[in-house]
Amino acid sequence: MKILTNPSAGVDTTMMLVFVVAVLTMPFWLTLIGAGYPDLMQKFVIFGLFATGFNILFGLTGYLSFGHAAFLGIGSYTAVWSFKLLGMNPIPAAIFAVAVSGVFALVIGFISLRRSGIYFSILTLAFAQMCYALAYSVLTPITNGETGLRVIGDDPRILDGIITSGVNPSTPTVNLFGLDLTQTWVWNGYYFNAGFYFCAIILIIGSYIAMRIFRSPFGLMLKAVKTNQNRLNYTGVNTKPYTLAAFVISGMYAGLAGALLCITDPLAGAERMQWTASGEVVLMVILGGMGTLMGPMLGAGIIKFAEQKFSTWGKTELHEFFAFIPDGIRDTVVSVASLFVGSGWHLTLGLVFMLIVIYLPGGIVEGGRRILMWASGSNRRNRKLQAAAQAAE
Amino acid sequence: MAILEVRNVNKRFGGLQALNDVNLSVEQGSVHAIIGPNGAGKSTLLNCFVGRLTPDTGSVMFNGKSLLGIMPHEINQAGVSRVFQTPEIFTDLSILDNVMIPTFAHRDGAFKVNWWPRVDREAGTQDHAMSVLEEIGLADKKDVIASSLSRGDKRRLEMAMCLAQDPKLLLLDEPTAGMSRADTNATIELLQRIGKSRGITKIIIEHDMHVVFSLADKIAVLAQGTVIAEDLPENIKTDPRVKEAYLGEEAEA
Repeated sequence: MKILTNPSAGVDTTMMLVFVVAVLTMPFWLTLIGAGYPDLMQKFVIFGLFATGFNILFGLTGYLSFGHAAFLGIGSYTAVWSFKLLGMNPIPAAIFAVAVSGVFALVIGFISLRRSGIYFSILTLAFAQMCYALAYSVLTPITNGETGLRVIGDDPRILDGIITSGVNPSTPTVNLFGLDLTQTWVWNGYYFNAGFYFCAIILIIGSYIAMRIFRSPFGLMLKAVKTNQNRLNYTGVNTKPYTLAAFVISGMYAGLAGALLCITDPLAGAERMQWTASGEVVLMVILGGMGTLMGPMLGAGIIKFAEQKFSTWGKTELHEFFAFIPDGIRDTVVSVASLFVGSGWHLTLGLVFMLIVIYLPGGIVEGGRRILMWASGSNRRNRKLQAAAQAAE
Repeated sequence: MAILEVRNVNKRFGGLQALNDVNLSVEQGSVHAIIGPNGAGKSTLLNCFVGRLTPDTGSVMFNGKSLLGIMPHEINQAGVSRVFQTPEIFTDLSILDNVMIPTFAHRDGAFKVNWWPRVDREAGTQDHAMSVLEEIGLADKKDVIASSLSRGDKRRLEMAMCLAQDPKLLLLDEPTAGMSRADTNATIELLQRIGKSRGITKIIIEHDMHVVFSLADKIAVLAQGTVIAEDLPENIKTDPRVKEAYLGEEAEA
């Protein structure tokens, strides 16, 4: 019989502490694997937040939305408008982004959740494509169409316009009460970026909230929606508002992530809302492990890391990588492998994704769990052998 | 006092008159069995009590409140719990979580975003769920994932989930369908035990006469959508109309 025990509060606290330390020390350990650039680290954190929120909907309730990039884009546009009208402080921008994407999620979710399964997915996809079309062409006065919306020198910025306009009117940067978030300190080859730490703190708060939801009665109800909605209805639970709440919460996480994307570069473009971006977050969650707390963040990190690595590799790098192979064969190996890097890196992603879905449906977290179990199992076997050996003596 | 009053209920599916002027009165605290040959309309009738189907005409009153036109979750919140023919449980979750869910639903109502407290720190709910599991005999399996239970245990779990809500009326749709003799007897014993201490009214739909006569205070016989007899078990046993309904069906088969 399979045993299923939920982690205790102590285990969760330990996990959270490890996570906080891991996030805050990212500039150190990511530099070791060649990913310690402020840009990339910021992406890890922001997409980690996006995936964490998406997992509250997809991982807990099982409703697969193919349109969450719409909320990412809405968050970005809202944030840039907040920069333009109010000032370059990221806090009001983040608050407005969460509120506006929450309102959109409420409307889109209310309509899409009239259906479930594939029809729900298609509805969310349709809404996201509509949002994309609106942003790309229809609402050009608000979104600035294909050029993208950016902060310019003569925006009103009623809160800080007077202070900064005289200093550097053409390229205002995002700042947290005077702390320039594009600023980077370098120490011994490690990069410490203010914007990264701002995003990292928000990620930590976001993951903590996600953890509370996972372990709460509310989260239990969402898991029950995934398992047996029929039983839940006959148990006195109105499932519709539960799924809608999950949809809105995940939409708000996406909106927040969208706002954070504008920190280094206060620019919002329609391509952020394209369906490929919606698909990417699904991949992140499945790759890491849907319904697990840390899986989506791992998935986001791995995909963004692989994107960075494989998409920039070319033949030269491959020749170095396969240097151990004899010359004659190496050229063949390199020419085959080169299909999977550079612009073809999506092939690699597709292959990895297929392998995960077929052999490890629980994602990387499931893989880790299996390895742990195997290791502890072999330990137990060793102990048994030792005990037997001692008994024999 | 009648807890459930069914008056002149009709339900038609296309050309089939599934329920034809059904009248039923279920006494508070009693066990009421509904029997009848296949296709007699038993499940249709049950579905009219839980909001899955709405009768074309007639009324279904529970505790003086109409059950027609309201959602299944509202009917449950009013105090009606249902056990399905094939156990409907949360297969991905542990036994304890399976019982925690109805306990929360009973405490918090149909919807509450209760996202801050931890489920494992909700001592009151936890104790309540554990006491129900004790009573039903599943306490030692509380951490087992529900999908790995035997069919009999799944049925017991489903009953525990219903009991956790302290229902006023428990509807059981063929609670022993597909069970071995031993499991059937265990279920009968369980139903006798859980009903007595709590005074829950029960409606049982059943094929197995052994189950019906062991449990029922009163039996309604349904044939071709009509209640042909509603009486005490000993009178039903000897009722010629009932014999005809069953024998007639067997003769056709």
